[in-house]
Amino acid sequence: MAPKGLFFTENHEWIKLEGDTATVGVTDHAQESLGEITFVELPIEGKELSAGDEAAVVESSKAASDVYSPAGGTVTEVNNALEDNPETINESCYEDGWIWKMTVKDKSEVEGLIDEQAYNKYVEGLE
Amino acid sequence: MPFISNTDQQRHQMLEAIGMTMDGLFADIPQELMTNSLNLPKSMTEQQVRSHLAEMAGKNHIDLTCFLGGGFYDHFIPAAVYSIVSRSEFYTAYTPYQPELSQGTLQAIYEFQSSVCRLTDMEVSNASLYDGGTAIYEAMMMALRITRRNKIVIDDSVNPIYRVMMDSYTQNLKIELEQTTSIDGLANREAILDKLDDKTAAVILQNPNFFGCIDDFTDIAQAAHEKGALLIVSTYPISLGILKTPGQMGADIVTGEGQSLGLPMSFGGPYLGFMASRKKFVRQMPGRIVGRTTDRQDRRSFVLTLQPREQHIRRDKATSNICSNEALCALTALVYLSLMGKEGLKETAQLCADKASYAYQRITAIPGVEAHFRSKWFFNEFVVDLPCDAADVVAKLIEKGFAAGFPLRRYYNDMENSLLISVTEKRSKQQIGLLAEALESVL
Repeated sequence: MAPKGLFFTENHEWIKLEGDTATVGVTDHAQESLGEITFVELPIEGKELSAGDEAAVVESSKAASDVYSPAGGTVTEVNNALEDNPETINESCYEDGWIWKMTVKDKSEVEGLIDEQAYNKYVEGLE
Repeated sequence: MPFISNTDQQRHQMLEAIGMTMDGLFADIPQELMTNSLNLPKSMTEQQVRSHLAEMAGKNHIDLTCFLGGGFYDHFIPAAVYSIVSRSEFYTAYTPYQPELSQGTLQAIYEFQSSVCRLTDMEVSNASLYDGGTAIYEAMMMALRITRRNKIVIDDSVNPIYRVMMDSYTQNLKIELEQTTSIDGLANREAILDKLDDKTAAVILQNPNFFGCIDDFTDIAQAAHEKGALLIVSTYPISLGILKTPGQMGADIVTGEGQSLGLPMSFGGPYLGFMASRKKFVRQMPGRIVGRTTDRQDRRSFVLTLQPREQHIRRDKATSNICSNEALCALTALVYLSLMGKEGLKETAQLCADKASYAYQRITAIPGVEAHFRSKWFFNEFVVDLPCDAADVVAKLIEKGFAAGFPLRRYYNDMENSLLISVTEKRSKQQIGLLAEALESVL
């Protein structure tokens, strides 16, 4: 179960809006499918992103996956702790395993994304 | 696996099975790209081919006394090197496609990587690259990825053949490739420091450089690091038997041509690129990397590691399109290094330097021949100015049985009469004396 109030993308990112800023990470389904995460390539602070831009890379022993920005805005903070402990994403993908924080230009971009229920349905459909 | 071509009948059957014509299969290729003729000569019998090739090979001067260097060197290769690497278990050019089945091959590559790290004083190395030129290009791309910048500063004392390769590789990439002009045979520090800024991904240098001169890049490494840039050093592995290593200088990525480690000089190779770096950059390293681990029964075993960097997983975002390595050449280098040992390598390097120093004295004593640079700090190559065109002199000396060196005008406009002379441990005092006499006689 994800915490309340998150929005999801079909690329398996989640985004949490708090005022004008948002926190982004990957979903439980994503971390589960990737397996043990061994490396995270973080975005650079200050980087301008549009919705759908490749922002980070999450690498496991099986695969390396791009993480796309769910919304447009500027990266304000990255989770440097993941450099030394990338497995935090496996352990706590919605809390300690967040990847970056960003300002959000257009909140409706986030609010237009799917909620947890819709995302879970989407994931069920994939299996 | 033998190559068996399909007969017309088989082709016909296959086309029939898929309901296609041969033209239909090629329909997507635009007409203007199709060729009507491959312009091939008429077929010959096996016997004719053999004598034709023998005749062509006969035109090579294979018995010249070699003073030619410039990146490839005529070092002695112990016979045991060939005997070991030509064992059928080892005889493959590739990393196997089911790598973990071939523990022996992986172990050899792992040991090759360890040797490269020890030679260069670096922390990690890959399973090898195609040659010294592609290795330096890959190092540059690696630096661009690590720093996420797009400017490169390279001195013209880096092998010009490598620089030509980098130019063509980067033609369609948005990279600012800035070149500095060496001064008196050494990297141009002032120009390098001037161009070094917070957009610079890396400074690329070579030691010993293309002119054979020896330098210490510790200061440049520091200056680069202060700007958040990396230092890439291309090196000549034999020289590391006695010289300060790139690792000791603070280099971040080290590359080089491994031909001098037991591989013969041959036109077009195959040669051997090697690459080593700091451990923190390993994820941006191109090519295959072998790691050591333990299996379920706690036995030592070897694996291809960090594969998500590679193109079979990462596709177009892979660190490189290199998905193989020069496995047999890398093995040769490993066998050579193992046979030579630490002392052997040191002795070889010292002999090269001593003999080059003797040759330098003999040749610069010839009336009309001058040392090109003031610095006498060279490893086994040096540049002299002749009183006339160096290429003409080289041509005359071939007739006298010498490959006297590399005329530098080909890559350096203002070095018309300059000749790059290389001396390895294989050259005797007598041969050096004979070269000096022959050179004097043709001037």
